[in-house]
Amino acid sequence: MKHSVREERGSVVVIAFAGEVDLEHSPKAREVLLEQVGRRRRVLVDLSGVEYIDSSGIASLVEAFQKAKKTGTPFALAGPNPAALRVLELARLDRVFRIFATLEDGLDAGG
Amino acid sequence: MAATQAGARLELRFAAQPGELRGMRDALRERLRSWKLDEACASDVVMAVDEACQNVIRHAYRGDPTGVIELEVRRATGELQISVRDFAPPVDPARIRPRPLDDLRPGGLGTHLIRSTMDHTELGKPPSGPGNLLRMVKKLAPRGTGA
Repeated sequence: MKHSVREERGSVVVIAFAGEVDLEHSPKAREVLLEQVGRRRRVLVDLSGVEYIDSSGIASLVEAFQKAKKTGTPFALAGPNPAALRVLELARLDRVFRIFATLEDGLDAGG
Repeated sequence: MAATQAGARLELRFAAQPGELRGMRDALRERLRSWKLDEACASDVVMAVDEACQNVIRHAYRGDPTGVIELEVRRATGELQISVRDFAPPVDPARIRPRPLDDLRPGGLGTHLIRSTMDHTELGKPPSGPGNLLRMVKKLAPRGTGA
């Protein structure tokens, strides 16, 4: 798994993950997410490079989502591939998370 | 990782460690591709097996890195028969339950993912020796139905 954190359009933090977010790498994903959430800036998680995500990776997203809710941070996911979307749907989290088809869509949508 | 790939069967034996799972998934994906399973079905099988191995690592061996997992995937008529065997102290099957999804919290999703993608799952004792044996069955759509 690789990750990057950057600022877009002055006020959005884009956290991009790539590769496989699995049991080996989800602790790192969790750490990165929790570090960025709660800083009064909108967080967009770019999943477009993620080839595989398991329940531990999803759990990291859930934890970040809960912290975002608590701290009033807008939090959304963008660009999941069909496999990642399938896991989110099976977990019924597609109704919980705000999910954009692409990163551009997420950036355009604003808070 | 030790692997046996005779015809319609894949056998893998590997250490119960998070870092071993990627190699297992790659080997399984490759095998399912050679059996010409459709992509969506193969993806569900890889996920269910991965989640089953995670359960073994976390709940059966409780993180003990010296544990061993034996995976067998057999292609039978109309279905895949999968078994995940460990050598850990017995796990009470009654305690392995998917959590209610309305209860939004991290963790506990693996068992739900397994049960929602497999047609049959059964956790019990291996025929001989110590440990636990999870059997899973995935029905395959008949060829040419476009399913």
